[in-house]
Amino acid sequence: MALLSSRPSSRAETRDTVESVTRSASLKLIAAIAAGKTVRSAMRALGTGGTALPGLLVERFDPHAAAAIAANLTDTALITGTNGKTTSAAMLARILRADGRRVVHNRAGSNLLRGVTATLVEAASPLGGLPADASAVFEADEAALPSIAQVAPPSVTVFTNLMRDQLDRYGEIESIARRWIDTLPALPANACLALNIDDPLVASLAQHWSGRCLRFGVEDPDIPPAPEGEIMDAVWDPESQADFRYQRRYFAQLGRWYTDGGLQRPQPDIWADQIRLAPAPDPTNFRLHLQDVALHVRLPAEGLYSVYNALAAATAAVAMRVDLSAIRNGLEAHEAAFGRQETLEVDGRRVRILLGKNPSGLNQALRTLQQRGQRHHLLVLLNDGVADGVDVSWIWDVDWESQADHCESLSVGGRRAADMALRLEYAGLPDPQSPLRNEIGAALRQALDRVAPGQELVILPTYTAMLEVRQRLGSLGAAPLWDVA
Amino acid sequence: MPAPLSRQLHIAVLYPQLLNLYGDRGNARAIERRCARRGIDTSTTHVEIGDRWSPHDADIILVGGGQDREQRRVESDLQQRADDLRNYVADDGVTLAVCGGFQLFGQHYRGYDGDVMQGIGVFDAVATHPGPQIARCVGNVVALWEGETVVGFENHGGRTYLNEGQQAFADVVSGFGNNGGDGLEGARVRNAFGTYLHGAVLPKNPHLADRLIALALERRYGAASAQLEPIDDLAAVRAHAEALHTALSPTQSRPSPLRRHLA
Repeated sequence: MALLSSRPSSRAETRDTVESVTRSASLKLIAAIAAGKTVRSAMRALGTGGTALPGLLVERFDPHAAAAIAANLTDTALITGTNGKTTSAAMLARILRADGRRVVHNRAGSNLLRGVTATLVEAASPLGGLPADASAVFEADEAALPSIAQVAPPSVTVFTNLMRDQLDRYGEIESIARRWIDTLPALPANACLALNIDDPLVASLAQHWSGRCLRFGVEDPDIPPAPEGEIMDAVWDPESQADFRYQRRYFAQLGRWYTDGGLQRPQPDIWADQIRLAPAPDPTNFRLHLQDVALHVRLPAEGLYSVYNALAAATAAVAMRVDLSAIRNGLEAHEAAFGRQETLEVDGRRVRILLGKNPSGLNQALRTLQQRGQRHHLLVLLNDGVADGVDVSWIWDVDWESQADHCESLSVGGRRAADMALRLEYAGLPDPQSPLRNEIGAALRQALDRVAPGQELVILPTYTAMLEVRQRLGSLGAAPLWDVA
Repeated sequence: MPAPLSRQLHIAVLYPQLLNLYGDRGNARAIERRCARRGIDTSTTHVEIGDRWSPHDADIILVGGGQDREQRRVESDLQQRADDLRNYVADDGVTLAVCGGFQLFGQHYRGYDGDVMQGIGVFDAVATHPGPQIARCVGNVVALWEGETVVGFENHGGRTYLNEGQQAFADVVSGFGNNGGDGLEGARVRNAFGTYLHGAVLPKNPHLADRLIALALERRYGAASAQLEPIDDLAAVRAHAEALHTALSPTQSRPSPLRRHLA
């Protein structure tokens, strides 16, 4: 914006500038931005990255502030779904930077409207301007999507997958699916939907959208099928009532699906094949097909779910007309998002954190560990806060049994450590540390004591437990290891 | 009379693909495991819609919870098995029906959209969903069953009311129970138990799991064979205590009463 770089020289120019300010940035907006920025810096100084309070303040001063700032964006991508939002968004942000764009990106956990508002205010100049060619990548909580879309109208909206998660908070899967369909009219008509068509619940959104769709999925006949009996989050099509059947099911309800009623997985526009899963620090190799072009990608992240995240990011990037080489460069420069396949070093021991907050996500994390073919020192942390799910029954739907032969030592912690210890005893894992401690700092120390220098501790936490253990590790002097996935 | 050398129990899980929403598969595991640790063989049959199966050989029948839509899906299949199941219960067959399964083992369930699903009338109880605008019953539960605590987690829109003469399973200490009003939890007829408790309920209530096993052994092999030797229950007792503490602790973050779910 010209007024940001204006240098008052003549009286006439000065008057023009003042008029532009009052036209484009009301005093209310300026006050809102100032308040938001001040509180955010104060909170940073106090060591908290919270965005709810700054966002709330900005909304109080000027309810239109976020929309006014967002109007200066070139492109906006919203990423929603149960699993993979944070990592897909991080991958897309990196792709856009590789494309030479300025990126406004909300951090993990700030995925409600207030978090988006605070992110926009932080990125904006004091008058509400943004750098030319700024693009936004916002992960959006499923329930907050309509309000975020109103403030920051997306050029592309990515739906990753729909899994059972925090049923006590979000309600049953079918009501979420219904809410997603109800959300679509809130999106601008010229927006593009990026849909994971391997998830039949996501694929069906296309029937409710008359605008542009880009479909992504996996096209690899060599992906090992999901173990028999693994939990499925959707068994039949809510509209036609027909059962989902599979030529091959990868995990949860994802796979090459069809119904006897004639529905079937559509052909993807963007897909991955020749997928070679490998244990970290080796990258996952795959071929990424962007319509008629194929790129070989070495993705520094583990597991099939990471390939889905890369596909989600690449599809959004195509919708945003990103240069193809930037897609590969961005994906290959991926760094783990906070607590998600993140590797740290503390006291000469490697610590890997794999967030697992619902059965399907955790089953994928466990399978990722198993393809490493080693035995792991595990620290499993179960909290029952509102952000974790107050109901911990879901741990019985996780295939912990598959981990029994891959566990060297077991420690548990968190508010429901005893519940987790009982579940893991049933699964045949070794006895946990004694005495059992709920307190996460104490459980972490017990777990680290059982790991020799040079060895690795794998931490599987729920969401709030991840935040807490990450903080504890920080105070133990843990440093991120950037050279591994 | 000494216990027979080999004791075996047949477990049947009804509709595990559809009524499996909240970890209820843990209940079958609890029976299997607690039997195995005492040298009692078990075999487990999964019964889905349309499967040829009769409760004749069953010793313990388990059924879990699901969404309204899934309940509606099993309704007619269950009706075809209604006589068999009622006869099984009348013959002291051991049954644990949880949440959605409990509702379908009652007289009927009026779902969130007002449509009525026929139950099989094992329990003389009716369930009614007050509609999508009314908060669900969600949270940790402590109840008193024959003087002992049972713990679990409830998450149900429908409210169950027991008819005159129908015995409850337990008395609510903390939580909603059947309807949040009369202080009752679940229902019991002979050896059939209905409850709203997930958790899964049997692993962390080992005394309840053992009672089901003992009742099943008694029915098949006689009272002398129903003695269960104690086993190391440290992990289960610890989880039970932790759940008690969570439910009764005044600082527990309770779910917001403002929630409005559609189903």
